[in-house]
Amino acid sequence: MLLAVVLIPAVAGLAVMAPFVKRLRLAVLLLAAVGHASAVAWICSRPLADNNADAWIALDAPGRLFLAITSILFLAAATYAIGYLRNEENRTTKDAEEGFLFRNEPMNIFIGCLLLFLATMSLVCISQHLGLLWVAVEATTLVSAPLISFHRHHRSLEATWKYLLICSVGIALALLGIFFIAAAGQGVVHGMNIHALTKAAGKMDPVWLKAAFILLIVGYGTKMGLAPMHNWLPDAHSESPSLVSALLSGALLNCAFLGLLRGQMVMSAAGLGEFSGGLLVLLGLLSMIVAAVFMIRQSDYKRLLAYSSVEHMGILAIGAGLGGLAATGAMLHAVNHSFTKGMLFLVAGNLLAAHRTKNIHEVRGVLTTLPITGCLWVGGFLAITGAPPFGMFISELTILKGALQGGHIVVGVVYLAALAVIFISMARLMPPMAFGIPAAQIKTKEPLWAVAPPLALGLVVLTMGLYVPESLWNALRAAAGAIGAN
Amino acid sequence: MIILASIIHVVLALSLSPLLIGVINRVKAKFAGRRGRPLLQLYYDLWKLLHKGAVYSTTTTWVFRTGPLVGISAVLVAISLVPLGRVPALAAFDGDIILLAYVLGLMRFMTVLAALDTGSAFEGMGAGREVQFSLLAEPALLLGVGALSISTGDWSLSGIYGSLFADGLAAVAPTAVMVAASLLIILLAENSRIPVDDPNTHLELTMIHEVMVLDHGGVDLAFIQYAAALKLWVFCALFVGVALPLQMHWPLVDLAFGMAGVFIVAMVIGVIESTMARLRLLRVPQMLVVSAVLAMIAVLWALR
Amino acid sequence: MSILTDLLMMLLVLTNLRMLASSRVAVCIQNVAIQAVVLGAITFSLSAHAAIAAGVIVVAISTVAVKGLVLPWLLRRAMKGAGIGREIEPFVGYASSVLIGAVLLGLCFVIARPLRDTSHAGASMLIPVAMFTILTGLFIIISRRKALTQVLGYLTMENGVCVFGVSLAVEEPLLVEMGILLDVLVGVFVMGIVIHQINREFDHIDTDRLSVLKD
Repeated sequence: MLLAVVLIPAVAGLAVMAPFVKRLRLAVLLLAAVGHASAVAWICSRPLADNNADAWIALDAPGRLFLAITSILFLAAATYAIGYLRNEENRTTKDAEEGFLFRNEPMNIFIGCLLLFLATMSLVCISQHLGLLWVAVEATTLVSAPLISFHRHHRSLEATWKYLLICSVGIALALLGIFFIAAAGQGVVHGMNIHALTKAAGKMDPVWLKAAFILLIVGYGTKMGLAPMHNWLPDAHSESPSLVSALLSGALLNCAFLGLLRGQMVMSAAGLGEFSGGLLVLLGLLSMIVAAVFMIRQSDYKRLLAYSSVEHMGILAIGAGLGGLAATGAMLHAVNHSFTKGMLFLVAGNLLAAHRTKNIHEVRGVLTTLPITGCLWVGGFLAITGAPPFGMFISELTILKGALQGGHIVVGVVYLAALAVIFISMARLMPPMAFGIPAAQIKTKEPLWAVAPPLALGLVVLTMGLYVPESLWNALRAAAGAIGAN
Repeated sequence: MIILASIIHVVLALSLSPLLIGVINRVKAKFAGRRGRPLLQLYYDLWKLLHKGAVYSTTTTWVFRTGPLVGISAVLVAISLVPLGRVPALAAFDGDIILLAYVLGLMRFMTVLAALDTGSAFEGMGAGREVQFSLLAEPALLLGVGALSISTGDWSLSGIYGSLFADGLAAVAPTAVMVAASLLIILLAENSRIPVDDPNTHLELTMIHEVMVLDHGGVDLAFIQYAAALKLWVFCALFVGVALPLQMHWPLVDLAFGMAGVFIVAMVIGVIESTMARLRLLRVPQMLVVSAVLAMIAVLWALR
Repeated sequence: MSILTDLLMMLLVLTNLRMLASSRVAVCIQNVAIQAVVLGAITFSLSAHAAIAAGVIVVAISTVAVKGLVLPWLLRRAMKGAGIGREIEPFVGYASSVLIGAVLLGLCFVIARPLRDTSHAGASMLIPVAMFTILTGLFIIISRRKALTQVLGYLTMENGVCVFGVSLAVEEPLLVEMGILLDVLVGVFVMGIVIHQINREFDHIDTDRLSVLKD
């Protein structure tokens, strides 16, 4: 049954690639997204399987959380895609920034890869075997590369190449890390099932485990966009179509994070949580600082959002590294970030379609030209910077509380300082885009397809800020508990 | 018995080394489809040259005349220091490899000085190249032998070569393979063979060794050619000792194997010369760097 | 540890050096193929003592088939398509690359020491050599300009990781081994497509000239 979440999108994706389903492609996309979401909903409503030590695939608490996020976000992106792809039907398009003509990638490849992307990400979430997890993470890179180069022009190709090469190399290092874990467990544990590994972790060789975790954090950290391995991320996020950016930022980065969490599970079970958690916190803080520095003078709003992803991945790493309450906060933060960032990227797609520029200073008066989009943009700004009525306020506060409770004063101070700098720089850049007088007369309607998905995501984030249901808290605590509070 | 074998080796080296050149030339001729020079051609040449007088340019000094003499005496010392396969050298002591390297270095030094003494631009160019290449080849040689010495724990050439394969092949095989590959490159470079230098060419612009001795004639040239043949023998013997993993414990049989090995190496050189083109001068240092790196790897492997 | 494994390791080191030393892309492609064959052979030579499991045979053969035949074929096509025979001006020259390679090898021996001491795996040479292969791949990726050469670097690195897997006798189930292999195959395929598109768009595949996107 669990396999359905992989098979539904995979079969649909392969079917869409066939040339004869031309008319039905978008319907298949939406249908598969709905099917996936309902399958996930059904699975989530059932109790979790107990930690079976030789299962290939199973649903545990962290996997369930990320699977649900992925599914919901994909549903929103697929709905958005209906409107978006209709505009892109025309194969020869004019570039928004430099004005040259280019041809899009064939539509069937794009939609097919979109669905395969969902399939591979779902596989990441339900993998219980570290090797299988790796195979799935690497597969996400491969099927998402064509998504980034949908607009076939020089910038997107450059971004695709960087993405492919940097992530593949990083992921190869992660594979080495997995082999190291296997070496650490030689003679102690058989196979690479995560629960078998955590059970036997105490008897594993600590030298190998430490080396393994360093490789994992470099490998999956690259994919996750942790500084200083984040170089591919702003390029890929800014050049891909907005709905792909939303999925990359909201779902793909989480998958890499999940890979890192699996490593952290083994480490804390082996009593090395201090070491690995310290590394996570260090890279997390570094990511926040780097993101803050690059956001101050940013002039491209999609890159601004991309650096914001680097920042939030840093926050996730800090939360997971600190453990305890902060880890629970990190899980909540993952939910909030995915939805907020997904919403913002979809809104950015609307801005780009109407204003035909990615330059922050050339976009003015969105509230006049695109009222709903403008509202969402300002709301999204408040949400992403962690302003009070939104969910991120709670999750960021929880992580801070966890840090201070654990006595990590310095971490808390740096964290707050980075957040403040980021708030200020985003406040300088994002809200002015909504106000003022539009530079040119822009006549665009806001179709339902374009505003409903981000609006829905925004409402979810708002709700999360006002009221987090007890069942969700339980799920978050279970997920954080699985990582092992150290 | 062992002493006897060593003495026989030196005698054979002195008498048969010109034959090595003959073998190489014969193999090359066969490859080219010619009948080729007689196998004993170098003996005839040496005989003829020894009966000639020498002509000395008025610009040269005593340095020019000492060059060949020092060269041949140095290589005679070298011959008595080098073991042939498992047959120990006439003289063996700890660290004799350094003496060997320096004796060969002295030979090169004097040849270079003699070449510079003529004041000819061509000879100066050849001398420059010779020094440049030996700068890379010498460390490679020392590193290679060093690797062997580490893996055997012995510090004299004869000791190293004598015990190299004593503990079976498996322990030293990778080191030996690397050192052999490195030595082969050094052998080709040090003896001015293709692909580093072409002993038959007479285009001064590209020559290395031959161009340095253009002005020598008569007895001097005979000395130089004989010394070159002996030097080839020294390197062949060093190479055979690594590449031929045989140990019979009967000195005379070992000697026979060693002799066979040396002549097989000569044939291999002939094959290499027939099948490869001369490298561009620019690429020669790269090749020597590769040989040095191979020797370095051998050291690392032995150190593990 | 058998002499065969030792010699295969040596061969791997030599292919790495050849990779660093050669400017011809075709030679590098051939090198990667040789490495794949060596990899398959190591799998056999390591399990020579025990009875060889059917899974091992399948993995070794498909490794050789995919990495030794299919990928080189794809890469050669990409090479012809892009019309490049040589890496003309690498960031680091070839002689220096080889010297750096030797230094890296020494470094690997040093780094591998603590790991080797605690390792339960018998093959002591495999760990430094695998590391060296990985570092060689990484070095090629950062020191060469052409996208195609960088793919070759990536493959070298991947081979190194696999040597590691083999050397630790990691008992990956067949499914995962095949998954890894499939990922590499598809990965190179996708990279080949992107290289093709880059070549069509830019008329070159020099990655250092892909520098529009920056902050």
